[in-house]
Amino acid sequence: MKHRGRYGDFGGFYVPEVLIPVLEALEAAFDRYKDDAQFTAELALLSRDYAGRPTPLYRSPALSDIVGCHVYLKREDLMHGGAHKLNNGLGQGLLAKYMGKKKLIAETGAGQHGLATATIGAMMGMEVKIFMGTTDIERQMPNVQKMKLMGAEVIPVEGASGTLKDAINDALRYWTAHVDDTFYLFGTAAGPHPYPAIVKHFQEVISLEARQQCLDQCGKLPTLVTACVGGGSNAIGTFAHFIQDEGVRLVGVEAAGYGLDTGKHAATLQRGSVGVLHGARSYVLQDKDGQIIESHSISAGLDYPGIGPEHSHLKETGRADYVGATDDEVLDTFLLLTRKEGIFPAFESAHAVAWILTQAGQFKPDDVVIINLSGRGDKDVDSFIQYRPDSVL
Amino acid sequence: MKTYKDIFAHKGKTALIPFFVLGDPDMDTSYDIIKTAIDSGADILELGIPFSDPIADGPTIQKADIRALNQGMNCHKAFELIQRIKAYKDIPIGLLMYYNLIWHYGVDAFYQDAAKVGVNSVLIADLSIDDADEILPITKQVGMDTVFMVTPITSLQRKQQVADKTTGFIYTVSLLGVTGTRDQVSGSVAGLVQEIKAITDLPVCVGFGVSSSEHARAIALAGADGVIIGSKLVGLIETHLDNKPDMLKAIGQFIQEVREALDQ
Repeated sequence: MKHRGRYGDFGGFYVPEVLIPVLEALEAAFDRYKDDAQFTAELALLSRDYAGRPTPLYRSPALSDIVGCHVYLKREDLMHGGAHKLNNGLGQGLLAKYMGKKKLIAETGAGQHGLATATIGAMMGMEVKIFMGTTDIERQMPNVQKMKLMGAEVIPVEGASGTLKDAINDALRYWTAHVDDTFYLFGTAAGPHPYPAIVKHFQEVISLEARQQCLDQCGKLPTLVTACVGGGSNAIGTFAHFIQDEGVRLVGVEAAGYGLDTGKHAATLQRGSVGVLHGARSYVLQDKDGQIIESHSISAGLDYPGIGPEHSHLKETGRADYVGATDDEVLDTFLLLTRKEGIFPAFESAHAVAWILTQAGQFKPDDVVIINLSGRGDKDVDSFIQYRPDSVL
Repeated sequence: MKTYKDIFAHKGKTALIPFFVLGDPDMDTSYDIIKTAIDSGADILELGIPFSDPIADGPTIQKADIRALNQGMNCHKAFELIQRIKAYKDIPIGLLMYYNLIWHYGVDAFYQDAAKVGVNSVLIADLSIDDADEILPITKQVGMDTVFMVTPITSLQRKQQVADKTTGFIYTVSLLGVTGTRDQVSGSVAGLVQEIKAITDLPVCVGFGVSSSEHARAIALAGADGVIIGSKLVGLIETHLDNKPDMLKAIGQFIQEVREALDQ
């Protein structure tokens, strides 16, 4: 019998047999608790008092001036831990607790999801192992140190490129040997069912809040909503409650790296083709033989050759558009937002801002645009200065 | 063409099933290794087509995949190699691989081409019986057998469902985890084999972690119809990369040892 978790022909449950009963148990627990009164009350309380929700919707005067309409930032960067990742971390962490699991494992790229998992582990008293690519460990050292300070074990993964894809491979391998007592806290809206559904469920608070805040603050819905896309967790959370609003354009911004036609990018939806990776059918970056290609992005969190299956579906149906921003545009944007707004955007989130900047003059003056600022860029300051040493002279 | 049925018809004899990654460490050596395995007593071959992201495999087979990929191995070359092997000896061959390679090749085309070169079954590590509808019609059409996995945590009801969809043999995973050598055979193997035997007449073969002739013997005594040995053999390739004659000798010797242990 086919499992649930299909988005058109995308998604599914393409995993080794040993994981089937485990994912079925996870699906059953998720179905049981997601609308459970005690579970939702506990999650709501933690989201408010521990994590700092709701996050504000802030009208950026600088971006509004440049773009020529009202540009708002959904400030997920202000959430505890500095990114939207804790929404999912809290939700799945609580689910693990309700399932009686005492050990958490997670993969991480930029370290934000690892950080969120380490945070939950510290707060709930659970043992945490974080799988992280060696390349990512090097470029995201501040987050690695924070994870270790919170008591998590960071397991370096070599793999082919030492990035997120390899970290997921090794986390899955570890999980198959420890399914009895370990909860895999998956960080992005990809992977086998039920993960894309679970991650969306816990991230859609972003658009639930943003939609109401926009109505309250602007008296109308936005013209366009945008977010960066790696695996797709913040983007699916940002789109979720706007999908039924037909007049709202949804735009996901992928990492165009050195450029969409250089072969050095992570633009899975724009340059990939349909395949099966990490348990789901979706777009992937692959070569002529079906081998997965290493992606490239300046931002570790977007450096992934796969994409959540619902994004593939939103692309196929035309409900969302997927575009790109290059590494250089991201660096320019990082500096612009820092200088003009006093906000350090994560390299990941800066992709969405960078693309909006290319759309200057395309909007009516009273249009409203919402950008999900998914994370803060403190972790990227050292990298930025290495790329642009002149900016601090 | 020899079928699994022909092999498993010999009651009381446990089939010896070595696993190799096609093209590891290169096309020609891979052919010689597999020829050695056949000459040393293999009954069936389980062969992998290398994939960039083998999530069910431990470090030994991951490295073999990388060696083979670096030599340019792909599905087309794998079929050429299988054709050479089949020309050397008519021995049943099961492929063990990941779904993306098949999907990318085109599911129907893949099965047709595999059948043409004499492949008996395709076990897809990341395609379970739940999505088997994507491959069963074409498998039947080209006349191949099916092989699916059962693990120590597969429920009894699901074991029955696996048996219902299987025509070749049941690939029993002896432990929780990925492929790789282990110090001892999991204590749960005998119970697992008996449980499956109680619900089906299909042959039951055991793999994952089988690392010595003693392990193989223990699994045979537990009632298994076949023993699959992968990482141990692939590890012998890795340790003898700089000396091909020694590599072939080590592999031949090990398989003969297992053969003798099984035939005791």
